Amino acid sequence: MMGSSEVLIKARGLTKRFNSFTAVDGIDFEVCSGKCVGFLGPNGAGKTTTVRMIYCFLPVTDGELTVAGLDVKTQDRQIKGLIGVCPQEDNLDPDFSVIKNLQVYARYFDIPKQEATKRAEELLKFFALEEKRNAHVESLSGGMKRRLIMARALINQPKVLLLDEPTTGLDPQGRHLVWDEIRTLRKQGVTIILTTHYMEEAEALCDRILVVDNGKIIQTGAPKELIKQYVGKDVLEVEYDEQMVQTLKQELPDVEVEVFGDQVRVFAKQHGSFEQIIKQFPDKNVTIRNANLEDVFLKLTGRRLRE
Amino acid sequence: MMPKLTYRVWKVWRRNAEVFTKTIFVNFIPSMLEPILYLAAFGLGLGAYFGAEVFPGGASYIQFIAPGLISIAIMYGSFFECTYASFVRMYFQKSFDAIIATPISVDEVIAGETLWGATRATINSTIVLAVVAAFGLASSPTALLIPVVAFFGGLLFASLAMCFTALAPSIDFFNFPAFLFITPMFILSGTFFPIPDVIQGAALGALPLTHVVNLTRGLLTGNFLPLAGLSGVSVALLGLAWLAVATTVFFVLSIHLMKKRLIK
Ligand SMILES: Nc1ncnc2c1ncn2[C@@H]1O[C@H](COP(=O)(O)OP(=O)(O)O)[C@@H](O)[C@H]1O
Ligand SMILES: [Mg+2]
Repeated sequence: MMGSSEVLIKARGLTKRFNSFTAVDGIDFEVCSGKCVGFLGPNGAGKTTTVRMIYCFLPVTDGELTVAGLDVKTQDRQIKGLIGVCPQEDNLDPDFSVIKNLQVYARYFDIPKQEATKRAEELLKFFALEEKRNAHVESLSGGMKRRLIMARALINQPKVLLLDEPTTGLDPQGRHLVWDEIRTLRKQGVTIILTTHYMEEAEALCDRILVVDNGKIIQTGAPKELIKQYVGKDVLEVEYDEQMVQTLKQELPDVEVEVFGDQVRVFAKQHGSFEQIIKQFPDKNVTIRNANLEDVFLKLTGRRLRE
Repeated sequence: MMPKLTYRVWKVWRRNAEVFTKTIFVNFIPSMLEPILYLAAFGLGLGAYFGAEVFPGGASYIQFIAPGLISIAIMYGSFFECTYASFVRMYFQKSFDAIIATPISVDEVIAGETLWGATRATINSTIVLAVVAAFGLASSPTALLIPVVAFFGGLLFASLAMCFTALAPSIDFFNFPAFLFITPMFILSGTFFPIPDVIQGAALGALPLTHVVNLTRGLLTGNFLPLAGLSGVSVALLGLAWLAVATTVFFVLSIHLMKKRLIK
């Protein structure tokens, strides 16, 4: 796609307060066109609030936020015309069929009826909902509803697609279907902002991740870089054992050992670092796995991501 | 202060209109059967116990209640549309949230809902008007103006309803305005019996349905009746002024309250 370095969304000191409670606390970020950027953080981190400010649903308390150079405070109508929103909560119109949901939504964007129907049919095809064309919305499965919401978000051919927890509550099959579709959209050059509290999702889909907690961005980077930088390659997990911890520290001076309650977690920069040690403790129940974003989060905040 | 509204209001209106036309028969039949039942049971049944010309303006009982039934249809049509039905769309279906994510503003969503409420009032009361005419109770061509009164009266009740909807913590909350506001108006606004002398002033001041009934009765018969010491023309003009002012106030207020509720 053209102009992949163009900054589409820019936030400076972006703040949202609900009465005295600060939900988003002076964050700075940029989203370039054609990229998929993920807000990763636990529930209550301020992800939805941030997304809602981007689509001008919530007024910003302080700071600056622009979308395609337009100011959310004064040019909300134009901005809303450029954005597609897939909200966290399902808000499809239960009074209409699947196709009619798309047609009526298109009308809100001033898309002429014929064009709307053409786009709606294409989107239903893309999201494998053609067979449900005339079905009642209430009869759709959770995964189908999500995909219909994504189709609806694309009806105005948005410059930016906002996906607020696109797979929360879906079964693994539904989740993978949605992931595939998001990947295809990425390849087509759609700029995507997604929020999630699943690290696999952020790893699988995002070019860049903003790790958020308590309304602040605590780290940013490409998923692989973040993992490499903060936790390395391999992670060993085992129940706390004094002797084993001592041995690990002696024999592998490079690794980082962290104790969380009665669990020990050891982070190594290289693959295969632990093989020698495990052999010395054959009766221990040891797990070795790849480092992931949850480790990053845990490292950064001292807390688990899933709550 | 004043809401900013564009043609997009009609897109919200149209959404509701399209849902309505899908279920038109479910909506039509009760609207038609109810006034027939009232006219037959009360007008003819109960009316048989009254003299022929004992009601104000020399009306029989069935002639007296006919404009009352039209007015009640105006009030119910808009009030229940913009309380229960709007609340369902706002709270359970999250339809307002979905629409606000498009170039349509909150102001326009609420205005569209309110205009749709007024439209429901017009549709429902026009059906009643047709039934009344079929009973031979529309004696003046001015009756053709009743749908206009219905729309503007409906706009007032819809705006009032929207204010309650903006304040409603749950759907059960509407029992309060329904019992404390709507039911007293249903009974006391000169619908089924002339307003007793002692409350005529209060009814003109505080019960908007009274004005709708006065106007409808005048247009249906071509004869505006005096009330509370005012001439028939004065009553009609007072009614128009009262409705115009109250509608403006509550229309603007409903949008403000709703914005306060929806946008934090
Ligand atoms: N309308 C609101 N009024 C008051 N507090 C709110 C409102 N919306 C969100 N919050 C609070 O702001 C914080 C961030 O919420 P949210 O953005 O929904 O988090 P996330 O999407 O990351 O789970 C939470 O503590 C939440 O309770
Ligand atoms: Mg959220």
